Amino acid sequence: MGNALLQYATVLMLTIFVGIEIIAKVPSILHTPLMSGSNAIHGVILVGAMLVLGSANTTLETVLGFLAVILATLNVVGGFVVTDRMLEMFKAKPKTPAAKNDEVAS
Amino acid sequence: MSRGTLIDLLYLISATTFILALKGLGSPKRARLGNGVAAVGMLIAIVATFFKQVDGHNLYHVWLILVAMAVGVVIAVPTARYVRMTAMPQLVAIFNGVGGGAASLVSITEFVHIHSTHPATYVTLEVLLGVLIGTVSFSGSAIAYAKLQELMTGRPVTYPGQQVINGILGAVGLVLIVIILVSGQTALLWVLLALSFVLGIAFVLPIGGADVPVLISLLNSFTGLAVAASGFTLGSNLLIVAGTLVGASGILLTRLMSKAMGRSLSNVLFSAFGSVITASGGAGADARPVRSGAPEDAGVLLSFASRVAIIPGYGLAVAQAQHVLRELAEELEAKGIEVFYAIHPVAGRMPGHMNVLLAEANVPYEQLKELDEANSELQTADVALVVGANDTVNPAAKDDRSSPIYGMPIINADLAENVLFLKRSMRPGFAGIENELLYNPKTTLIFGDAKDTLTKIVAAVKAS
Repeated sequence: MGNALLQYATVLMLTIFVGIEIIAKVPSILHTPLMSGSNAIHGVILVGAMLVLGSANTTLETVLGFLAVILATLNVVGGFVVTDRMLEMFKAKPKTPAAKNDEVAS
Repeated sequence: MSRGTLIDLLYLISATTFILALKGLGSPKRARLGNGVAAVGMLIAIVATFFKQVDGHNLYHVWLILVAMAVGVVIAVPTARYVRMTAMPQLVAIFNGVGGGAASLVSITEFVHIHSTHPATYVTLEVLLGVLIGTVSFSGSAIAYAKLQELMTGRPVTYPGQQVINGILGAVGLVLIVIILVSGQTALLWVLLALSFVLGIAFVLPIGGADVPVLISLLNSFTGLAVAASGFTLGSNLLIVAGTLVGASGILLTRLMSKAMGRSLSNVLFSAFGSVITASGGAGADARPVRSGAPEDAGVLLSFASRVAIIPGYGLAVAQAQHVLRELAEELEAKGIEVFYAIHPVAGRMPGHMNVLLAEANVPYEQLKELDEANSELQTADVALVVGANDTVNPAAKDDRSSPIYGMPIINADLAENVLFLKRSMRPGFAGIENELLYNPKTTLIFGDAKDTLTKIVAAVKAS
């Protein structure tokens, strides 16, 4: 077991506490955006996907890495866009008669 | 400063933005800013990665990486932009699932890459855990998506010995990991991959549609852990920090969500909630009398009220009736009638979902009352207007110890002088439980499509 592993384990432990501490007091109306926002954050796996594709030596690695980059990009981009769209709804809008015309076409 | 150190510094900045973002997301004022900050941090990390050296060389296949990213962006942006807000829960499920799939693929690829160098046992363990958790999250999210999108039944799918079989599947997975670690038979990795895929499906099948949001939150947390495992394998602090943050906060969030439903997490995951009750509830229900009325009656009742509580549920959103509802509220206010919305924490398909849907329809934020406040205000309300809600106003949660939703906090619609219950049919709600409120003498049922009915009520209010 190397020093590096111990260092990663330290980071892991500390981050667990940060992760729990940070969302201890969240109003329930923000649970959904919070879930969606943290969904976008784990899209950071894109960095890992880039690294494995960027070091691929064989066809198998290249194919797997290529798929990983696609999936991870979906996660990052989709995650942030959806969260932003949700939170956009929370901003205070002026109550105007014009707002009546924005019925969702369905 | 060398290039490598600079990149690590940028990764540190990026990890910090993620922590700030989660903090921001916990407060209504800074939530949107927080999300933006995380997006910037993500962009920094991605750009920095293009300049990173791996195994002593610059990244290979840069064009392939760019092509794959372009494919991802082209699919993700329109999907995320234009899918209806009612379909948002399944959208989150699917974006979470692909993240889990990506984490699993990264672990597999790295393993294929390094396995000829006979990596240390702990490295193999990290890979195997990444594959197991990531794949469970992937296939589990896919089933969650199918349930919410109604591609399959939202009811729990159960079969005899289900939990035992799932337990065995899990145990076999762990044994397989031990065998691979001890024997070094890497071909078994593919067996583990297949097994994890089946496990994810089997785990999600018995969970009823109403509980799926809690499940998505849990799977979100799983994906975080899978990302952290990949971070160990790749030696990336950034992945470890981001993955663990999501993993830890996700588990806490999952518990908060099940608490909002008055249930424990294990009850949500293992009780096949909502599968049995319909059978017993259905038979006796048909014979019992209910009082039903026309939209015009409702309009008159509302016009002569002084305080009206609106209790919206998912059915409102399905009928796309939020805008008509707001119109009705505005008409009533124009007559000097006080209107407020009583929002159950799990109204809609996810905690907070209803707030988003109403905000989309420009309902003023100040009119939304949360559970406790709503219940105390309901005592002085003349009319409680239930639109598309069902389980969240079911008194069985208070009175009936045998009911599966017993203990869930509800909105006490029956405190109001009169209850107007807009309903499509006598069919039970999402959780499949009979609702006593329908038979309450205070209650008038108005059958029909919510949007249609509300439009008629608006006309009746205008006329009276």
